Amino acid sequence: MHELAICQSLLREVQRVAARNDASEVVRIGVVVGPLSGVEAPLLERAFTLARCGTIAANATLEIEEAPLTVWCESCGVESQVAMNALLCGRCGTWKVDLRSGNELLLKQVELSRDETAGATG
Amino acid sequence: MCDQCGCATTPDTVHVHDHAGVVTTRSVDAQSVEILTGLLHENDHVAAHNREHLDRHGILAVNLMSSPGSGKTSLLEATIDALGDRHRIAVIEGDLETENDARRIREKGVPAVQITTGQTCHLDAHMVHDALHALDLGAIDILFIENVGNLVCPASFDLGQHANVTLLAVTEGDDKPAKYPVMFRGSDLVLLAKADLLDVLDDFSPQKAVGHVRDLANPADVFTVSARRADTLVPWIAWLEDRLAACRGGMAPRPRSHPASRHSHHHPHHAGAAE
Repeated sequence: MHELAICQSLLREVQRVAARNDASEVVRIGVVVGPLSGVEAPLLERAFTLARCGTIAANATLEIEEAPLTVWCESCGVESQVAMNALLCGRCGTWKVDLRSGNELLLKQVELSRDETAGATG
Repeated sequence: MCDQCGCATTPDTVHVHDHAGVVTTRSVDAQSVEILTGLLHENDHVAAHNREHLDRHGILAVNLMSSPGSGKTSLLEATIDALGDRHRIAVIEGDLETENDARRIREKGVPAVQITTGQTCHLDAHMVHDALHALDLGAIDILFIENVGNLVCPASFDLGQHANVTLLAVTEGDDKPAKYPVMFRGSDLVLLAKADLLDVLDDFSPQKAVGHVRDLANPADVFTVSARRADTLVPWIAWLEDRLAACRGGMAPRPRSHPASRHSHHHPHHAGAAE
């Protein structure tokens, strides 16, 4: 259950973004999670509902985009969609491939709202 | 936080280095900010800082991981017996509770710092940072970080190590790499431990274990070792000494790709993503 620790880290980052942008509230948080990131999206969602309490993101929604798992085979020049424990070229079957996507663990986007009285210039 | 080295690792200052902050749309009361920062940005920053400290002292730092009971501490004891005369070793021990493992290491005459994590299932870079300050880095050649016994959570947290070493005891299934792909994909070396039991356990195939590691596109060496037989440790000791020489020569290795520190390969360059 390291998802809670990751969620707390995510929220600290979001709070800094909010502070830098003089936000009064965080409306939406967008993250990208790959299957090989070691993070389970449903667990992250559940941890988020706890971790957000009392923060500037207390009412925010968490949107998780799941990245595809793909590898690139240099000898075939082919990109294949693969399973987590079989990172093999879909054409020749070699394991000598590069991971193209699938280990992402990214904070992608934060949607903020701001009090108009807070001095926004528009 | 870090008085000895004068570094700044407080949450407020780490963000100076972020990659952030392209405002894509802005209206009077709403905006959407594109970030593309690792979710574990803060941990990764401290891990990089730890690695800098270790590099400066020419120390090789090895993150030792496995499921509980695979023989990490026994391997360390045998490694100290094999290497202790030639190199100065120190150990950071991670466990939920007790000082037992650190005590075993200290009995070998090697400094050990015990981190008790309570209910936390992994070590993180902050815990290791604090532990580093309890050690005399000028008096260490090889630092072993014995992580919490767990094949899941420790895989996601960079500590500042130079290499990830994962133990798979032959009393476990040889398909563990297929079951825990994140951990074994990130391993720089896999040790098939308790190999003296292979004679009586005919259901563990070292060849199959290697095959499962390769299926993760991982070219890492896989050695068969037994803490009870010093002769089986020779490749492991040579592996360590090769990497220690690299650290001393200013060519410190880096661990295989760490999930949390990796960024997207397909950075979106679009603007105006928000309404």
